[in-house]
Amino acid sequence: MYTQALDIPQQNPEAKGPRVVENPAYQAEFDAKVDAGGYIEAKDWMPESYRKTLIRQISQHAHSEIVGMLPEGNWITRAPTLKRKAILIAKVQDEGGHGLYLYAAAETLGVSRDELIEALHSGKAKYSSIFNYPTLTWADIGVIGWLVDGAAIMNQIPLCKCSYGPYARAMVRVCKEESFHQRQGYDLLLTMMKGTQEQRDMVQDAVNRWWWPSIMMFGPHDKDSVHSTQSARWGIKRISNDDLRQKFVDATVEQAKVLGVTMPDPELKWNAERGHHDFGAIDWDEFWNVVNGHGQGNVDRLAARVKAWEDGAWVRAAALEYARKQAAREHQAA
Amino acid sequence: MNQQMNSPEHIEYVTRIGDNALILGQRMSEWCGHAPVLEEDMALANMSLDLIGQARMLLAHAGKLEGKGRDEDQLAFLRTELNYRNLTLCELPNQDFARTMVRNFLFASFQVLLWERLLTSSDSELAAIAAKSLKEARYHAQHAGDWVIRLGDGTVESHARAQAALDYLWPYTAEFFVTTPADDAVAAAAIGPAWSELEAAWEALVLPVLVEATLTVPARTPFKSFGKFGRHSEHLGHLLSEMQYLQRTYPGAQW
Repeated sequence: MYTQALDIPQQNPEAKGPRVVENPAYQAEFDAKVDAGGYIEAKDWMPESYRKTLIRQISQHAHSEIVGMLPEGNWITRAPTLKRKAILIAKVQDEGGHGLYLYAAAETLGVSRDELIEALHSGKAKYSSIFNYPTLTWADIGVIGWLVDGAAIMNQIPLCKCSYGPYARAMVRVCKEESFHQRQGYDLLLTMMKGTQEQRDMVQDAVNRWWWPSIMMFGPHDKDSVHSTQSARWGIKRISNDDLRQKFVDATVEQAKVLGVTMPDPELKWNAERGHHDFGAIDWDEFWNVVNGHGQGNVDRLAARVKAWEDGAWVRAAALEYARKQAAREHQAA
Repeated sequence: MNQQMNSPEHIEYVTRIGDNALILGQRMSEWCGHAPVLEEDMALANMSLDLIGQARMLLAHAGKLEGKGRDEDQLAFLRTELNYRNLTLCELPNQDFARTMVRNFLFASFQVLLWERLLTSSDSELAAIAAKSLKEARYHAQHAGDWVIRLGDGTVESHARAQAALDYLWPYTAEFFVTTPADDAVAAAAIGPAWSELEAAWEALVLPVLVEATLTVPARTPFKSFGKFGRHSEHLGHLLSEMQYLQRTYPGAQW
């Protein structure tokens, strides 16, 4: 992709965005459409709280993609073969692409990409806390593909049918690419597990570090989740956090056996009665610490994003100034 | 393949083109996640991918020509500094977006001309690689050229940065056109042009864009760089120690 579009300020920001007047007739029409499993489009009326919830969720998702470029980008220059280097660059590039579609989906709700990025940089908006963890060895690149992208896919597949059309359509494409990334990550790990003892140890160590954070990606237990009930009513969230987490654990345990690694959870075992794997208690203190940014990983990731943005300010300014000069020259020539 | 096709000069020539792509591809990949705007993260990653792809084809081909069983990765990761044959320009640090784009423009314009000539190479594998790579190089030259104009004719700051980048990089472009003994042998065998033959065409491509960008083209100086003879700047050693780290730390491991 060679696009160069920059976010040129709107001439008339008031002209953009959906109608916000609360109206019982509109509300009834909206509810009926959502209940019937239909899609709400950018120009349709929607409750203000629905719009705000979507902006929050879609922008957090976009920010996660962009911040998520950093931990994996950390290994691009050190990738061990040219093939793996190319795969990793393409993967990180895909994440940038996901960020772009998602910012574009959020913009259909009447916010600009610049406003959203400003909220990320000021710490007001959140991103997935998983990306605050460091990538310490090459095996982390494989484990992120397998576990982190695997968990992301479980979370995101239901979003392909969410009630907001632009988000649902963006997610269809994102999910296709994510499942490709997951297979590539798993393939990387299979190759390392067939290698030397040092390589196998590296993979096991990475699994030990990423397993619990991956499990936590599904969010708080259903009983503690503040946003879930309303989101389920609106068709933004179709499967609960705990159900998705269980599905992920069941699928992943089997893949771990094929790979020849163990999960760092002594309580992880098959429960024939439930037809699912049981697993140990999640350390939620750690989860909330990381989500709330109480960690140096968060400081470093945000600092890297802010630095890229500030270092690039003169480039964006130059592009706008050149566009202004060109427009003036064309005007003069006409 | 006959004896002539496997001459050391032929191998060196293909390796040199591959090393240019490898080393600049590595440099460009450093931008990933740190570009001024998301669209440029994507574009720079894409160009890096194109160059790494070219490097893979060219080094694999060089390994086959050599006939000692070395594959693309052995050539990319397990040579020592003095055995890389890339132009010094490709290994210089990115520094800022202006230097990155001016370099891409100067180099991609050169690559366009080289690939055009290699379309008719007597080495059919090299001709096939040229056909694929020419389209990529044209995109790269277009993309970087657009930015050179935007930065040169943008704000006072962007103009100053673009001019500083050009002033810094220009002396290294003389190396593009220095003829090596390999060039003469390769040209005689119709494998590819001696790079000195490309100078006039390169200036014809590059100068109008620099003029449109309102940049001042520096005068030629006595400075000479010798990357393609294996005498590099201090920067290459650092780039290689990072790039080669896993292959050097775990000898013989499969990845």
